[in-house]
Amino acid sequence: MEPINTHNGLVYPLPKRNVDTDQIIPKQFLKRIERSGFGQFLFYNWRFDDDGQPRQDFTLNEPKYKGASVLIAGDNFGCGSSREHAPWALLDYGFKVIIAPSFADIFYNNTTKNGILAIKLSEEQVDYLLKQAEKNSYILTIDLKNQIVYDNLEFKAGFDIPAYHKHMLLNGLDEIGITLTYADQIKQFEQTHN
Amino acid sequence: MKQPKTIIQKIWEKHTVVQETEKPDLLYIDLHLVHEVTSPQAFEGLRLTGRKVRQPERTYATVDHNVPTINRPLIRDEVARKQMDTLRSNCAEFGIRLADIDHPDQGIVHVIGPQLGLTQPGKTIVCGDSHTSTHGAFGALAFGIGTSEVEHVLATQTLWQNKPKTLNVQIDGPLGPGVTAKDLILAIIGTFGVKFGTGYVIEYTGEAIRGLSMEERMTVCNMSIEAGARAGLISPDETTFEYLRGRRYAPDAAAFEEAVEEWKQLATDKDATYDHTVTLDARKIEPQVTWGTNPGMCLPISASVPDPALIEDQDEKNAVQQALAYMGLKPNQQLTSIEIQHVFIGSCTNSRITDLRKAASVIRGRKVHPSVRAMVVPGSFTVKMQAEQEGLDTLFREAGFEWRDAGCSMCLAMNEDVVPAGERCASTSNRNFEGRQGNGARTHLASPEMAAAAAIEGRFVDVRQVMAPTV
Repeated sequence: MEPINTHNGLVYPLPKRNVDTDQIIPKQFLKRIERSGFGQFLFYNWRFDDDGQPRQDFTLNEPKYKGASVLIAGDNFGCGSSREHAPWALLDYGFKVIIAPSFADIFYNNTTKNGILAIKLSEEQVDYLLKQAEKNSYILTIDLKNQIVYDNLEFKAGFDIPAYHKHMLLNGLDEIGITLTYADQIKQFEQTHN
Repeated sequence: MKQPKTIIQKIWEKHTVVQETEKPDLLYIDLHLVHEVTSPQAFEGLRLTGRKVRQPERTYATVDHNVPTINRPLIRDEVARKQMDTLRSNCAEFGIRLADIDHPDQGIVHVIGPQLGLTQPGKTIVCGDSHTSTHGAFGALAFGIGTSEVEHVLATQTLWQNKPKTLNVQIDGPLGPGVTAKDLILAIIGTFGVKFGTGYVIEYTGEAIRGLSMEERMTVCNMSIEAGARAGLISPDETTFEYLRGRRYAPDAAAFEEAVEEWKQLATDKDATYDHTVTLDARKIEPQVTWGTNPGMCLPISASVPDPALIEDQDEKNAVQQALAYMGLKPNQQLTSIEIQHVFIGSCTNSRITDLRKAASVIRGRKVHPSVRAMVVPGSFTVKMQAEQEGLDTLFREAGFEWRDAGCSMCLAMNEDVVPAGERCASTSNRNFEGRQGNGARTHLASPEMAAAAAIEGRFVDVRQVMAPTV
């Protein structure tokens, strides 16, 4: 997975709570056996009508959000199904950072395994960012090493991230490779565990 | 004196392989259940890195999400067939047991695990499916994982996991007559919301929980994820042990009694503390129906659809307005006035033999309403056979239900069992998200009894009235 250190990108605001993984990537696209190519199906039923034409009323289709790489959303983003196709679709579409007041647990885990940075900010901070991104072409910078998010005007906020996830993201590490360095401990554990 | 512990802490301690500072714990996984949708990329990852499955005998696979429930073994959807073929070849390559589409043990992964006795108290159980929480009913720590974690478990039989916070959901008093485990879990989510369990493992406690059968406990634990909790469990007791006795993969004979003694030690100690506790009085719960687009948007059958005009919080108001627009409902409309066109009895929440028996008890001597298409999809081939031995298939068929083969089916409509856009389904499944049962489809979650009653009436009714003795 690609390491993340600092990221600078256009913000797309999605002011909805409880965005579930069925919306992020509908089930009809889960039959593929590859990991790649899911971006075209991101938010499919919101983005496209029954004929596969872009819906005018879904803001991600607006030209001003073309190239967005930072997604700002409402509370409990990524709830529902464990499908990792959701972060695959977000990443493949171009989103590297997601900011929300909270994330569903499984989705959060899945983002960290794919080099997406999921950042929790307060409701007030998220509301502010949503409003900025709805008004203008709005750019945010995310500095993972120093754990801050800022714009080029007045917004600046620190964020928390578990040390382990930060380490994995900063270095783009293969977690299985790391775990296999503990093979002796696992083997020893298995000898007494039934 | 020994520090009192919750069952969650006890299972965690017994499975911690490595504990280091500033890191999650490395947790050993006893049982890994695998299905066709979330595994192909994980096996491909193993192949690309030349890794093996560490413990094939702790791994068990089946096909459930994609399988057709009619005209088997014909699979018309080529993409789906390829995914099932891929699982078959992966299981052969890596030496994993597979209950394939034509195997007598095939079924929904969360139905067959318990049925085979693979699911046992004290185990850590994972699957690339969020409803893995179902297995918590046995006092196992069971949770859903993504495909990267599936690959990690295949390769190492472990996962790095942060110790979860513990949440006690205490349900006092018995459930009233005609009120089910499904109503209970819907009421819990309706009361406390779709994210009150985020970051926690739930333990369900209290008189109402103790009074539930194993299959009812599975229904409750199944929907823990709809409250945000990756896992929800119930301390094992005699009900648990009796269910497991004699199951194929449960310990047999003398070993079983020894196992029971060990399992008894797992239950949460008297005086153990939780990070958080919520309580609900089961006696006040009525049969529930969801009206909106997440499981928290749920009300007693006697209620009316919410009126956004009366909601002050702007975000909440918007969410309710959007849900009503999607669902095609009017504010203040009585839930009993909602007419349905489809009924789905099935899914990992409610497709076990007792679910089918309960639905059948409502159907007996009645007919499906002429404007309703109704289907029963048993959770496993074994459930189907048992139901047929009991004559339930005849009863359902004669009432006008379709009687299908086992799979996830219309719960997520990955196969051909789809609700058309704009139409309404009374469903015993777990998610009423937009488009879940088909693009534009409108899902109302309910118990098997309530869904069966809706099938007869063509609209939602209080099943307690349908079942009331006629004078």
